[in-house]
Amino acid sequence: MKCIALLGMPNTGKSTFFNRFTGASARVGNWPGITIDLMAAKIPLGGKVVRVVDLPGIYDFHGFSEDEKVVRDFLENNQVDLLLIILNGAQLERQLSLALEARQLGLPAVLLLNMADEAKRAGITVDTEKMAARLQMPVVWVSAKYGDGFKSASSVIAKALAASLPTDPAKLRDNLRADDEIEAAMEKIMEEAVQIPKTMPKSMTASLDRILLHPLFGLPLFFLIMFLLFQFIFTLGKPMQDGMAWVLAQARNLGLEPLLASVPAWLQGLLLDGIYNGVGTVAAFVPVIILFFLVMTVVEDSGYLSRAAFLMDALMARLGLDGRSFVMLLMGFGCNVPALMGTRIMRSRSLRLLTMLVIPFSLCSARLQVFLFLITAIFTAHAAPFVLFSLYLLSFATALLTALLFKGRFPSTEPFIIELPPYRLPTTRQIILRAWHEVRHFLKRATKFITFGVVAVWVLTHVPGDVPPASAGTLAGHISAVLAPVLSPIGIDAQLSVVLIFGFVAKEIVIGSLAAVYGLEGDSLMGLMAQKLDWVQAYSFMLFTLIYTPCLSAVATLRNESKSYAFMWVSIAWSLLLAWVVSFVFYQGARGLGF
Amino acid sequence: MPEPKLSSLHPGDSAIIRAISAEEGLHHRLLALGFRIGKEIHLIRRAWFSGPLQVRIGMTEVIMRRSDADKIRVSHQTTR
Repeated sequence: MKCIALLGMPNTGKSTFFNRFTGASARVGNWPGITIDLMAAKIPLGGKVVRVVDLPGIYDFHGFSEDEKVVRDFLENNQVDLLLIILNGAQLERQLSLALEARQLGLPAVLLLNMADEAKRAGITVDTEKMAARLQMPVVWVSAKYGDGFKSASSVIAKALAASLPTDPAKLRDNLRADDEIEAAMEKIMEEAVQIPKTMPKSMTASLDRILLHPLFGLPLFFLIMFLLFQFIFTLGKPMQDGMAWVLAQARNLGLEPLLASVPAWLQGLLLDGIYNGVGTVAAFVPVIILFFLVMTVVEDSGYLSRAAFLMDALMARLGLDGRSFVMLLMGFGCNVPALMGTRIMRSRSLRLLTMLVIPFSLCSARLQVFLFLITAIFTAHAAPFVLFSLYLLSFATALLTALLFKGRFPSTEPFIIELPPYRLPTTRQIILRAWHEVRHFLKRATKFITFGVVAVWVLTHVPGDVPPASAGTLAGHISAVLAPVLSPIGIDAQLSVVLIFGFVAKEIVIGSLAAVYGLEGDSLMGLMAQKLDWVQAYSFMLFTLIYTPCLSAVATLRNESKSYAFMWVSIAWSLLLAWVVSFVFYQGARGLGF
Repeated sequence: MPEPKLSSLHPGDSAIIRAISAEEGLHHRLLALGFRIGKEIHLIRRAWFSGPLQVRIGMTEVIMRRSDADKIRVSHQTTR
């Protein structure tokens, strides 16, 4: 009895075709060489009874998946008279490879283009004669779903079957083996010329992993390492920041003030109190930010981030994210924009969107400047590192809460498989290049957003000129009067609310414009802040700054990467709402407790 | 009885990959990382709370979720 085997990629309607082609006569049967059962049926075709076997769906003959192995074992052990190759006619550009592989292997075949209806709807036309000539096998359109084309298909199949020679399983085995030659040759060379120890020698990486990836201590160690790094940045950064502020103040007193003595008072005010103080206050943080990025570079290049992904994946999986999302959150500590772009490595759109929704809560270096400024002004040197660390923890908490609330909207089954590199130390050159890159990035932002924001805030708080700066009579005063019902329940006063509006553009503007509003800089500005705000107000302000929309660049990136305005607006609205609620609960709670 | 899943190995176990039944995208990713039938694979550690597995294949160390490791069948070779 002649034997026909059905071959095709998964989801091409192969089983539908098989059922229609064989009627209801199919039976499960055993086959030599394979362990699983295949469906087969005996049907009359061209006056003779033939057997038709339904093979599992495969992508190619190279036998790396379970199903591909089954097909290969079947063909290497059973004589087949004709192969029916079923492809989705609407996806030929991807699927035609299977027919070409069959031809290359010298298998007698008929090509059936299924889903004729779908292809027709998609406007796809195929010159079957030309295709048949190229492939050296008959090509027929069918619709397994509706039964179209079965009559002509049957006669083509019967004709091909009568003319075909049966396959030679032994020869096929050789041919398939030839395809695997590269694999085998590689293995042979590896075996003969390269020595890989069966058990790895006790490497530094393995020993470090034993400690850092410990099932119980791994996570606490991760948080301890993070805390120590931030402590290091804070302790070392404070004198650097003071030094920079001193240099900038000297430059103003000794250089700029005498130089600008002759210009009108309002222009002097705008240039010195507005722009210079504003940009200068931000610039004072540049050394700390450089230090921060030096540390980030060492962490990123060390290979520890992939370990963090390993440690956090169990938790992230429950939040609908994966270990890579966590790494992106950590990258967001530097700047949210590259972290948002980094989500491109995710194939599933849902997973990518959910990750993009949580990244803006990551405490970026621009927000770090605001917090360093306020924490130094308001809290004792002893409490400061803990206050800062609490903000980092809250940054995680808001990100995780967001994922938990939105995971239902973004379901994903994306596999999580990443390579774990050995631990490495970055070269000095890499570190210096990175620091230089960050300084340049800052200068670019300074010239664009920060100067603009500072000037805008200065104008709003100094116009009209006949009332005291930043008082209720100025433009800023009017704006904050409108916002007062929303912002006063969270302890944010009139001047701070104007500052927050411009913080929307870039967070560096927040401290820059504080300097511009009061015409002070450095220690004197911190002194004034300490007078104006108690710790509850300051912390509430910092919470709001942490959670609400990071900056205009991040919003633009969110829109570009998601290609959806709706998604961008959801992200903005959610972060504003969450920022207000968290600040409100904290402020009213703390006040209620008598602080 | 089907061969055991990669995810059923214990830390320190070595095994031979027997079959990989993953969809196309994952399949290519696994191939790129060196997962092939007949290759030896070594389970280094398992994270707690059904977290990912750390495996070594040749000289490459990889972390993967258990649900993905379920798609790889192995035959047991050595234990500890």
